[in-house]
Amino acid sequence: MGTTLTTALQTPVVEVRGLRKVYPLEDQEVIALVGVDLQIAQSEFVAVMGPSGSGKSTFMHIVGCLDRPTAGTYLFEGEDVAGYNADELADIRGLHLGFVFQAYNLLPRTTAIENVELPMIYAGVPPAQREAAALAAMDAVGVAHLRDHRPNQLSGGQQQRIAIARALVNNPSLLLADEPTGALDTKSSDDVMRLLQRLNDERGITIMLVTHEPDVAARAKRIVTFRDGRIASDEAAKQVVVS
Amino acid sequence: MNFLWTLRLAFSALMRNRSRSLLTMLGVIIGVGAVITTIAIGSGARVAVAAQINNLGSNMIVVLPGSVTTSGARTGTGGASTLTPDDGIAIAKLPGVAAVSPQVSVRTQVVSSGNNWQTTVSGVSPSYTYIRSWPMQSGTFFSQSDVDSAAKVCVLGQTVVTNLYPNGNSPLGTTVFINNVPFTVVGVLSAKGQSGIGQDQDDTVLVPYTSAMERLTGQTTVSSLMVSATDASQVNPVQSEITSLLEQRHRIVPPQQNDFNVRNLQDIAAAASSTASVMEFLLAGVAAVSLLVGGIGIMNIMLVSVTERTREIGLRMAVGARSGAILLQFLVEAFVLSTIGGFIGVVCGVGASAAISLFSHWPTVIPASSVVISVAFSALVGIFFGFYPARKASQLNPIEALRFE
Repeated sequence: MGTTLTTALQTPVVEVRGLRKVYPLEDQEVIALVGVDLQIAQSEFVAVMGPSGSGKSTFMHIVGCLDRPTAGTYLFEGEDVAGYNADELADIRGLHLGFVFQAYNLLPRTTAIENVELPMIYAGVPPAQREAAALAAMDAVGVAHLRDHRPNQLSGGQQQRIAIARALVNNPSLLLADEPTGALDTKSSDDVMRLLQRLNDERGITIMLVTHEPDVAARAKRIVTFRDGRIASDEAAKQVVVS
Repeated sequence: MNFLWTLRLAFSALMRNRSRSLLTMLGVIIGVGAVITTIAIGSGARVAVAAQINNLGSNMIVVLPGSVTTSGARTGTGGASTLTPDDGIAIAKLPGVAAVSPQVSVRTQVVSSGNNWQTTVSGVSPSYTYIRSWPMQSGTFFSQSDVDSAAKVCVLGQTVVTNLYPNGNSPLGTTVFINNVPFTVVGVLSAKGQSGIGQDQDDTVLVPYTSAMERLTGQTTVSSLMVSATDASQVNPVQSEITSLLEQRHRIVPPQQNDFNVRNLQDIAAAASSTASVMEFLLAGVAAVSLLVGGIGIMNIMLVSVTERTREIGLRMAVGARSGAILLQFLVEAFVLSTIGGFIGVVCGVGASAAISLFSHWPTVIPASSVVISVAFSALVGIFFGFYPARKASQLNPIEALRFE
């Protein structure tokens, strides 16, 4: 499609250099990230893999502005956010990032549309515009008809789609999915992965997906594997054709 | 992110746990209800005391003898025998004075047709009924000529009538023996009831003060002088005029202490009402403590709520809530909880006060200030005790909060 050239010229969504994260634990320190360098360009679909304790979760938390690195630089859309305070990080999360979690994390006893509207409330979107934007996001993931359902009335796959709509509602620069299929059966899991692929292909949404399942990772375009706090491999995924 | 939305959020969060919210509010409800009720009873008592003191006489000033020092020993107020009926006559000539009556009291046995009763016999002047605003029930009050001639006539209070004439005969024209001196009954006073200090005012026999002095006490002095000012604004000027007049008449030179005391009923009313205030304050204090305990209940439940909703807090933070927004959310929740409790407490307090007036016939008055202050106080209690849990929520680490099971 000839996007390679323009992508190279554009500022990467994520650029980390020499990223270190050390957790003080009793009298010894646990080094979670030894020194990570990585770039994620716009419209990429990156799967982050690795065994537990490899540092992939820590990496996702830092990229997701939920945590701060001990050392190193993190440029989010060219802006150095490593030194941001808690409120500035909250604003980045609310306006430029979208999260999808393994456990969906929808608010209980709250309708689907209200769940989708939540990020807009914290972003200060006027009430009049919220409903239309929420419905548009829900429509994009095919759950607009579930607007007044509460999470306990919905299947796991439907809940995860609503969570994806919530993540998309503020038009984030990066969608972070943390084991999004971990709690789903094969069929729903496949649906959710197709949806993510479609969002990436058709709308050019940049996605970083954390998973430990190779077949889920294979649906991405690029696979980064972590081991012992550093990147062990970084390669293009072999495109699999799903029947 | 606006306040109205936060308020709605708080309501829906509280509605999710209806019975828990109600139980949490109960502390505040009981506290505010108790504050409102105790203040209502206290204020009611104060109003009643004021009314009763007013009932003693309007714009009244009382002159009492002072203390005297006899061989180094000082008597208390009223110990001196220095006030004379002539002092009363002189006071009556002062501007702003409507009426004066001396009072000579003696506690003694009164006898009439085989019945006897111990009561207070007071020697007064005809102005007494005016000063005490005390109308007659039957007969007439004795006149100035009865005073001038020290006539053996008397006027009976209702309690004395009931005890001396148990079979309901009219006492008018009959003879009552006071200290074995026969007095003719010329009138009966209407019922006046208890005084502010619980004394039965109707348990009295009134005779001309001259008769009392000559035939009962044998003294030339009186136990007090009752003065009525023409109106309320004259009470203070008249009081100081009486003071200087009596200083002159009793030849008191500065280093010497006055041998008399001039008091007005406002002072006495103020003293009585300050006693009521102290009681009211103590009771309201106890009630406020229960309100505080209610606040601790709110803090406890809010802490539980923060723990229960840790994942929700983590999610809100992940989608962009600043810690201030989380703080506000929980603070508003505690505020709503305690303020609604406060309003319900006001309703309960008003109901309890009404029930008390209805069943025990105690007067209750609910001052608007007590309603405003107790609701405001309960709101403050919510904010104060809600702050710690809200701050705890706002300082959660989003990663740990999201992982919380």
